[in-house]
Amino acid sequence: MNSEQVIEVKGLTKQFKDVKAVNNLDLNVFKGDVFGFLGPNGAGKSTTIRMLLSLIKPTSGSIKIFGMPLEKKRRDILRKIGAIVEKPDFYLYLSAYKNLELLGKISETDTSRNRIMEMLELVGLEKRYNSKVKTFSHGMKQRLGLAQALLHDPDLIILDEPTTGLDPQGMKEIRDLILHLSREKGKTVFLSSHILSEVEIIATRMIIINKGTARVEGTVNGLLNSGILKVTVRVEDPARTLSLLNASRWADSLESHANSDLFFNLKKEEIPALNKFLVESNVPVNALIPMRSLEDYFLAITEGKE
Amino acid sequence: MLSLISIELYKIFKKWRTYIGFIAIGLLAPLIHLSFYLAGERSATFAFRNLSDSFIFAGNLLNGYFISNLILQSLFVHIPFLVVLVGGDLLAGEATGGTYRMLVTRPVSRFEIITAKFIAAVIYTALLILWLAIMSLGLGLLIFGSGPLVAFKTKIIIFAANDVLWRFMAAYAFAILSMTVVITLAFLFSSLVENAIGPIVSTMAVIIIFFIISVIDIDFFNTIRPYLFTNHIAGWSYFFEDPVDYSKVLKDAGVLAIHIAVFYGAALYIFSKKDILS
Repeated sequence: MNSEQVIEVKGLTKQFKDVKAVNNLDLNVFKGDVFGFLGPNGAGKSTTIRMLLSLIKPTSGSIKIFGMPLEKKRRDILRKIGAIVEKPDFYLYLSAYKNLELLGKISETDTSRNRIMEMLELVGLEKRYNSKVKTFSHGMKQRLGLAQALLHDPDLIILDEPTTGLDPQGMKEIRDLILHLSREKGKTVFLSSHILSEVEIIATRMIIINKGTARVEGTVNGLLNSGILKVTVRVEDPARTLSLLNASRWADSLESHANSDLFFNLKKEEIPALNKFLVESNVPVNALIPMRSLEDYFLAITEGKE
Repeated sequence: MLSLISIELYKIFKKWRTYIGFIAIGLLAPLIHLSFYLAGERSATFAFRNLSDSFIFAGNLLNGYFISNLILQSLFVHIPFLVVLVGGDLLAGEATGGTYRMLVTRPVSRFEIITAKFIAAVIYTALLILWLAIMSLGLGLLIFGSGPLVAFKTKIIIFAANDVLWRFMAAYAFAILSMTVVITLAFLFSSLVENAIGPIVSTMAVIIIFFIISVIDIDFFNTIRPYLFTNHIAGWSYFFEDPVDYSKVLKDAGVLAIHIAVFYGAALYIFSKKDILS
């Protein structure tokens, strides 16, 4: 096993009576990764995360975290993990401060006032430290969830939908915090999110699962730049360019056009050839923009188009 | 483990439902004291009316010991319904609140979580019985003073004043054991479900059914009766016999201890195997 590998999952399967929620799943997360964990509803994401945190026992397969088998070294592993699993729930009848203090004590970590207030400040809840959690909005609970996940300074942070319920400013703050933790602190972040644009911005590697099975895994750049890309070509004279293209082999790749923009479906390696064709045909090209959003890619993968 | 137990106790005593039992006892016991206090001599005449023809009474019979014994006998059967309010919530409450996830993803074993909760439940039970002792015996002695205890069971026994206190202490200790069985049963039911109402109602139902079986004189019920914990939870009353039949005390205590071990073991097994889906 790679010494830098933080999570190594092999053949993970979970059967709930008639339903196979996770089916022979393999995944690999490396130190310093912001690892996007994607899949449609019911794909098995939450079940997988619960198995990683020993909330659910796998039917078969193996989980190694920090090179240690989870089943045998659960305590040592969990000591180095901070997590939010689905929505963060707390003891509603206790204050934010007391919740963190109790959870910190269970984790046998520093529960000094300074440390707890530092965490509350980090997530912007320092002024509400003494308020009972039952008075918190969902977004505030989400922030408190992040604070409890970071309280014991874990090496691996598992976040399940961490920005749900936050306003745009809050979402950006959490995104920035995740990037800070990864880049400045060297933490590994395992991020499950439905907000694909968020994952696209912050994830370095990702996996897409569907029906409990891994569909693709790799670097975000590598995966988004593989397969068929949507390429926008902006030209000076679209009418002349269209007639040139229709008489060439590029006609099949041309999807549509609007104003001065022509839209192609191309493989990455075809882009220079198209550019060369246009230049040699004396077509002034103002811009050539290969684009594929993670959303397009995600839908293509989960709908079985790639 | 000590830290976990203190956390569990903190959580228990931060919940309103925990105080229902304390409030109920805190109201009922003084009310009984007050009624005897206001009735004065009339209540003593009423209490000993059947004996006054055969005995000549001298001294303070309507004393703290007598009233405490009366309270213990009348309230004891209701205390199970108070302890289940806490016992039924111990695990199911975590499931309902979603806090199972927070607990189980910490670097503590499920055995430690269950055991800490169980010990906290026993401590709560002990404190509730201690409260009963304070409100019945403590308050009784304060208001009515001490004196010989007239105990009615299959026969009338009169204990000298200096022979009573230890009997109460032993009876309250036994009562803790009895109520621990009840709270452990609620704890077991609590490990099975994700809503506290179910375990509370189920435990109450089991106690009521067992109590009914205990009093119906049918051969089949007579056969199973010795195995029902409800048949042994009143073992504290042996301490108000003379001489105390320790073989019966030990037998009842043994049966109750076995029930506690089985209920706790089952809860531990269920929780250890449980997939946390809440």
